[in-house]
Amino acid sequence: MVQSLDRSQGRAGGVSAGSANTHGTFTGNRALQIEEPLIFEMGQAGRCGVDLPEPPKVKDRLNGLRRKGEIGLPGLSEPQVVQHYTRLSQKNYAIDMGVYPLGSCTMKHNPRINEKVARLAGIGDLHPLQPVSTVQGALELIDSLAHWLKTLTGMPAVAMSPAAGAHGEMCGMMAIAAALEAKGERAQRRTVLAPESAHGTNPATAAALGFVVKPIPANDRGRVDLAALKAALGPDVAAIMLTNPNTCGLFESEIVEISKAVHEAGGYFYCDGANFNAIVGRVRPGDLGVDCMHINLHKTFSTPHGGGGPGAGPVVLSAALAPYAPYPWIVKNGDKWHVAEDGAKVDGLPLGRLKAFHGQMGMFTRALAYIMSHGADGLKQVAEDAVLNANYVMAALKDVMSPAFEGPCMHEALFDDSFLKDTGVSTLDFAKAMIDEGYHPMTMYFPLVVHGAMLIEPTESVAKEDLDQFIGALRSLTAKAKTGTAADDFKAAPLYSPRRRLDETLAARKPILRWKPSNNPPGTDPLKQAAE
Amino acid sequence: MRYLPLTDADRREMLSVIGAKSVDELFRDVPASARLAAKVGGLPDHQGELEVERAFQGFAAKNLSPAAAPFFIGAGAYRHHVPATVDYMIQRGEFLTSYTPYQPEITQGTLQYLFEFQTQVTLLTGMEVANASMYDGSTGTTEAVLMANRVTRRHKALISGGLHPQYRSIIETAAKWEGFTANFSKTDAEGLEDLIASVDRDTSCVVVQNPSFFGHVRDFTKLAEACHAAGALLIVVVTEVVSLGLLMPPGEMGADIVVCEGQSIGNGLGFGGPYVGLFATRDKYMRQMPGRLVGETVDADGQRGFVLTLSTREQHIRREKATSNICTNAGLCALAFTVHLTLLGEAGFARLAELNHAKASQLADRLVAVPGVTVLNDSFFNEFTVKLPKPAAEVVEALAAKRILGGLPVSRLIPNDPSVANLLLVAATETATEAGMDPFVAALKEVL
Repeated sequence: MVQSLDRSQGRAGGVSAGSANTHGTFTGNRALQIEEPLIFEMGQAGRCGVDLPEPPKVKDRLNGLRRKGEIGLPGLSEPQVVQHYTRLSQKNYAIDMGVYPLGSCTMKHNPRINEKVARLAGIGDLHPLQPVSTVQGALELIDSLAHWLKTLTGMPAVAMSPAAGAHGEMCGMMAIAAALEAKGERAQRRTVLAPESAHGTNPATAAALGFVVKPIPANDRGRVDLAALKAALGPDVAAIMLTNPNTCGLFESEIVEISKAVHEAGGYFYCDGANFNAIVGRVRPGDLGVDCMHINLHKTFSTPHGGGGPGAGPVVLSAALAPYAPYPWIVKNGDKWHVAEDGAKVDGLPLGRLKAFHGQMGMFTRALAYIMSHGADGLKQVAEDAVLNANYVMAALKDVMSPAFEGPCMHEALFDDSFLKDTGVSTLDFAKAMIDEGYHPMTMYFPLVVHGAMLIEPTESVAKEDLDQFIGALRSLTAKAKTGTAADDFKAAPLYSPRRRLDETLAARKPILRWKPSNNPPGTDPLKQAAE
Repeated sequence: MRYLPLTDADRREMLSVIGAKSVDELFRDVPASARLAAKVGGLPDHQGELEVERAFQGFAAKNLSPAAAPFFIGAGAYRHHVPATVDYMIQRGEFLTSYTPYQPEITQGTLQYLFEFQTQVTLLTGMEVANASMYDGSTGTTEAVLMANRVTRRHKALISGGLHPQYRSIIETAAKWEGFTANFSKTDAEGLEDLIASVDRDTSCVVVQNPSFFGHVRDFTKLAEACHAAGALLIVVVTEVVSLGLLMPPGEMGADIVVCEGQSIGNGLGFGGPYVGLFATRDKYMRQMPGRLVGETVDADGQRGFVLTLSTREQHIRREKATSNICTNAGLCALAFTVHLTLLGEAGFARLAELNHAKASQLADRLVAVPGVTVLNDSFFNEFTVKLPKPAAEVVEALAAKRILGGLPVSRLIPNDPSVANLLLVAATETATEAGMDPFVAALKEVL
């Protein structure tokens, strides 16, 4: 433990009092941006942030396996912990702060009533293995959400347990494998088709299940090349994994022909539902011939992204795949809810189990509160406003930036980097300059089918005046880039964020993945500073 | 429509800028046959916050809250006190409503707490490197088996009969559909299992749990040696992470991969999720790990900062060659874990573990005094198995009728096995009180 760090003068990341530093302050702080060491550099033996009673003396029953050495956890008091994590929070951009146009991620408003109801006594504190007679309301809640999801998608069944979108993909593709096995075709159908524009999780999931992934090219309209797809179909094809609307922000206009062709060839249609927000309440995937689709509750239904999770990825299933849904199944007998767990008899051949307990209940609660707040009328409006906002961005920027494809988009607007040609400014530089203007960058370099892609998804949560300001900022940056003399400025960006561009190559070449007393980088060794 | 900022005037103006007559025009790529003319039928319309909250209070009223009953259930999810600071901190919008930290300049908050989380996980488990979280302990365990298969290039996993039955089920599911062999040792309620003789040159890994599902505390040092002699990896699973405050860490026993369910620290029971998976291993296996990793580096001014790193293992870069398909993980639950563990610190965490052990010991002493009840465990941390004179499922239902949540009948998770029908798994944490143990013991006497 580092004991000698003088926190009033020499915080990690800053320099000693009396010296200049990159922020031009003595402390290294910059008004509201306060440099903050790691907890391991702050701890003092003898401090603790909790008060626990003296344990009663009992006979030790640890089989002689009592821990011998110290763990090495730092000791901090409660106010120090509150200040530490508050300061860290202030180094983050968030939906609560402004436009967060990260394409394919649906960064919409996260209502706080959802947080409140998820924490109610009798919901947030239930044990998953309480007798089912004591959790009838919880099971009813899950079934209510399931009913909404089935009705909104026009699908007859839903598996609720997957923990996130990628986990839902695993569930859906396992269901397809199970259906093929039941038909005696699993050994023969080893190919999964996926467009080149697919999310990385699609090929990763298919490959994990032993399928061979065959990419399908896009046509010049940014959609699946139907002729190429038909040519790829055969008795070896298990399924197509297709995102719709696709990752170019476009609706697959030949979707009905695609699903028909796949079904005629004996394959299944897995729809990646990451972009369901564009069509929720307006189009039912069940009407498009989909066999299964995961729904990212943390996208379309607004459960908070939380810095990378938790999510939830329920999978809606067609009649053909419903019998293979994993345990648990929640079923109603008379007026009582039951949970069919592993080994229980159900009306089907469950593929197994994907997760302990019943799924991401905390996310179910939030998503249901969001859905009930909107209702059927509001959800339709969500899709319309999301699509309207994206098209407005597209229309307002198409004369200065370069749209990747013509025609209306759905919920996100895709540009390539041709408008930056010969300016010396790359997509990355452009995105980093947005940070200094107070915006989170759009998704960059994805989808892979567009050169230097910039994918902007404003969502329905952004007011028109905020969109106008955002558009104005992008137009100004574009004009500056096109002067041809501003490349150095762009390459230096961002200047005003808590950190400037970080050396990712160094991080990967010499991985430092945990704090150790010895791994302080140059200029930040608190021991050395104290000595100076 | 309190979440929707656009007014009808906005919409008209925006459509004119776009050059479209109506919003329907923007949906023209949708085949006509699939375009709904009106909202989806059979569903209610929007509601105000008051009505929504009332509906959820209605759901809650149909459940028995553990706060309102003597409570002794564990089995992979534990009821602990979570300090108010934790829940306040994770609801700060800067954490709650931020995305995966792909833009490190404006997500140092998330990246730094994940770096702290990774460090805490290595310290608790006695391992060298940890990732930035998995969905939970159950899914993390299967990921560990898949990782061991990659590391050893073998495809036969040996699974302990002391592993949580649902964790076993998930491995079984992955084995079937992802194509590897999983050999399941028989249910080990007595804690007598010895897997050393079953490890051979084809074994990729052995998966054990400590304390076991039935509560037994074991030293796996010799098993680790046997695994290493055969070129296999030892995976140690911990479903009650508080036990690491008192017990020898798996790393000291020679574990190669450690997976923990981290729910107990910072995260409420929540009817089973979301929880947080801790995943730790040896430095030499770093590049075979699933999930995100945060690493330290410097920025353009030479200041310390943090970034996501070694992402060439991950699906968004590596696609079909990725180590896992995981993308979203358990970020906010990891924050809750980190804040709570920081509040506890060395002294608080050790005392919390002592308290848990003491409460469970007190309960065990009281239960063995009930006629017909025997405790199967010589050793345990905060959970143990008792044998009843009649089926535990009936007993638990009878207790629930008296508003007592008195443990888990093992038969719920291991059905169709007469040998476990009378077994009841009982846990007591720091939240257990004399005032709760008294009615539990009294009611048990009545229903037996």
